[in-house]
Amino acid sequence: MTTAVATRSVPEPVADTAPDRPADSGRRAGLLLSAPFLIVYLLFLVGPLVVGIVLSFFNTTTVKSGLGGWVGLSNYTKVCRDPLFWDAMWHSVLFTLFTTPPLVVLALAAAVLASRMRRGRVFYRIAFFAPYVVPSSVVALIFLWMYTPQVGLFTKVFSGLGLPVPDFIGSTSGGWTAVTLMTLWWTFGFNFVLYTAALQDIPTDVYEAAAIDGAGPWQQIRTITVPLLAPTTSLVLILQILASLKVFDQIYLLLGGGPNQSTRPVIEYIYDTGFTSYRGGYGAAATMVYFVIIVAVSAAWYGLRRWRAADTAAPAGTAA
Amino acid sequence: MSGAMARRRFLGLGAGAALSAGLAACSSPLASGLAGAQPDTADVIFWNLFTGGDGANMVQMEQDFRKAHRGVTVEATILGWGNPYYTKLALATASGTPPDVGIAHLSRLPLLAAAGLLEPVSRTGVMELGVTADRFTPAAWQKAGVNGTVYAVPLDTHPFVLFYNVDLARKAGLLNAAGDGLKDMKGGADFTDAVKAMKDASGHYGAVMSITADPSTAWRWFSMVYSGLAGPVVSDAGTKVSVDDEAMRETFAFLQSLTNGGLMPSELNGSGANALFSTGKAGFLFDGEWQIPSYRLVKDLRFNVVPFPALLGPKPVAYADSHALVVPHNPRRSAARTANAARFIKSLLDDSAVWAGGGHIPAWLPTQTSKAFLDQTPQRNYVQAAFDAHYDPPAWYTGAGSDFQNTVGATIIEALAGRTSPKNAVAAMRSDLKRYTTTRPPVTMK
Repeated sequence: MTTAVATRSVPEPVADTAPDRPADSGRRAGLLLSAPFLIVYLLFLVGPLVVGIVLSFFNTTTVKSGLGGWVGLSNYTKVCRDPLFWDAMWHSVLFTLFTTPPLVVLALAAAVLASRMRRGRVFYRIAFFAPYVVPSSVVALIFLWMYTPQVGLFTKVFSGLGLPVPDFIGSTSGGWTAVTLMTLWWTFGFNFVLYTAALQDIPTDVYEAAAIDGAGPWQQIRTITVPLLAPTTSLVLILQILASLKVFDQIYLLLGGGPNQSTRPVIEYIYDTGFTSYRGGYGAAATMVYFVIIVAVSAAWYGLRRWRAADTAAPAGTAA
Repeated sequence: MSGAMARRRFLGLGAGAALSAGLAACSSPLASGLAGAQPDTADVIFWNLFTGGDGANMVQMEQDFRKAHRGVTVEATILGWGNPYYTKLALATASGTPPDVGIAHLSRLPLLAAAGLLEPVSRTGVMELGVTADRFTPAAWQKAGVNGTVYAVPLDTHPFVLFYNVDLARKAGLLNAAGDGLKDMKGGADFTDAVKAMKDASGHYGAVMSITADPSTAWRWFSMVYSGLAGPVVSDAGTKVSVDDEAMRETFAFLQSLTNGGLMPSELNGSGANALFSTGKAGFLFDGEWQIPSYRLVKDLRFNVVPFPALLGPKPVAYADSHALVVPHNPRRSAARTANAARFIKSLLDDSAVWAGGGHIPAWLPTQTSKAFLDQTPQRNYVQAAFDAHYDPPAWYTGAGSDFQNTVGATIIEALAGRTSPKNAVAAMRSDLKRYTTTRPPVTMK
């Protein structure tokens, strides 16, 4: 421990002048205080990840103890060559494309509207957020009732209005519609809360100044609120993309990945091969491929943001 | 300082109290669950996948056991049918917390047995109660064995059968002299003529079956016709495609001759088939016997159920599966619990006339030949189907509700709907099967 501290301080010439470099006891206390988190993190995140990487090189089955035979990279080559895996991957992407734009735009609109309410603001905030705390199984059950052919609420409303009733459960397009609507209602509260918090951080004097200069409410939203919310939008967007790519429970509970696996997301593919077909090693390999894709998306996003931040900072510096 | 000491002592006491409370709680199901032991909430823990009419019959049979065995408690857990059930049964057994008795389809047995998840029947003590090979339908008992070891006690055989509308059959002149069955049919041509006669009688369709988005029914229908001509589609424990191309082409051509000629609708879902058969717009219905209870509820529908005649091959073949009772392997199960499990299994067999109410043929011959069963119509009409039963070929991926059935069923649906020629359908089936035969099996099967 002490040697580690010594080697660290060498390349930092300013370390000596730093007045509050933590003493050894301070470091130990820090480590001890973060230990509960670190233990849980190692046990339930890093540990399973390592086990997953190991399993992906073996023909492990979920119904027998032991690793099974060593198969090298063949699980990976089979995953990458399996059209069903890429179909499932595409379904996850499709779900992300369907849900992300409305979930961001609607959350922003609702947050702005709720913040402009003169009375009952708390009620609206709770009302918009409330669905988010309902468990997915309950939401799926309620929506399943509403989507049921002949007797469901949605189908009755559609036929009552004289519109063609989509086959919400039995067809691919109907299935996507059903799961997208349900997800919008259910998860939009989370983004709504993020936007509501960010809205409260915008100082009111900016609006006052704009009002004095004669800006109408719509102009204020367009030129003040939306630009000042840009960092939040960027956060909401990446959180939403990652959450949507991880979709499993809604589709599994509502459609079972059907009809004929045409809405099956990649997580369900992993579940189906790893647990239902008992092919743990293969499922682990599919998980790793998916994990790499998710990490790549996050890294690309992070890189893009840094590049843009550097890009906007540079001209500002020259102007000053 | 003394304040700090007092706080530490207080915390220490609290920790001690929490620890002893945790130890004391070991007897609770939660604590024993966390510790990995089986929560013994009843003397026999029984898992099954039955809801609806079958579920009610099973509950009745459990009640009968409780009445006959006072002091032995039974806890039944019903799980979602198909993959969800088998996933849970396999994982619970692999992790050492299985039920004492479970239901399994015989078509699902090969993998469960190969993974070592099941106790051989000879070690459950059930044979000492008189449950022996000679008292079962031979086809079912044979399918309960994997490599010479019997792993399951068959409860029933549930074949794919031929429903007919009695009034339309009389009008079409298909009834036999006694009026309790159909005239003999020999081969596919006779059968096609019968369907034509039914179409003329009903004015709409000769026959119906659930096709759209119902791969399992498509697979049963196809599998039955094909089995009349050739052996299983995969062999060597599911590692080799053993399709007879000519037989399969002939099968598809026969199936298409019925759907393409307007004798039966080529696109129809389950409720559509139900509606057409219930209202007399179709003379025949191809479906599993488990549909009988739902058609009993239809007012003014007089129907009967018989096994399919021989269609393409020389002998009649019935596609079938069986519900069976298994004792999942649990090294910690006590001898007393095993004995209770055996008594429970025996009781269900003796009581299987109740089970037959759902349309199933009891596999237990003492019940199959009993008055309680033979009084049930139309169940007694198709007992022969249990003896002509053909099951899914043994492999790690086949069986009731499996992905395999969904995959090949989807191809068969394409052929039934006339969207692909028999020749192309054979090629598609081959590539479907290859997907499974070339996949590395999760467990080694002999």
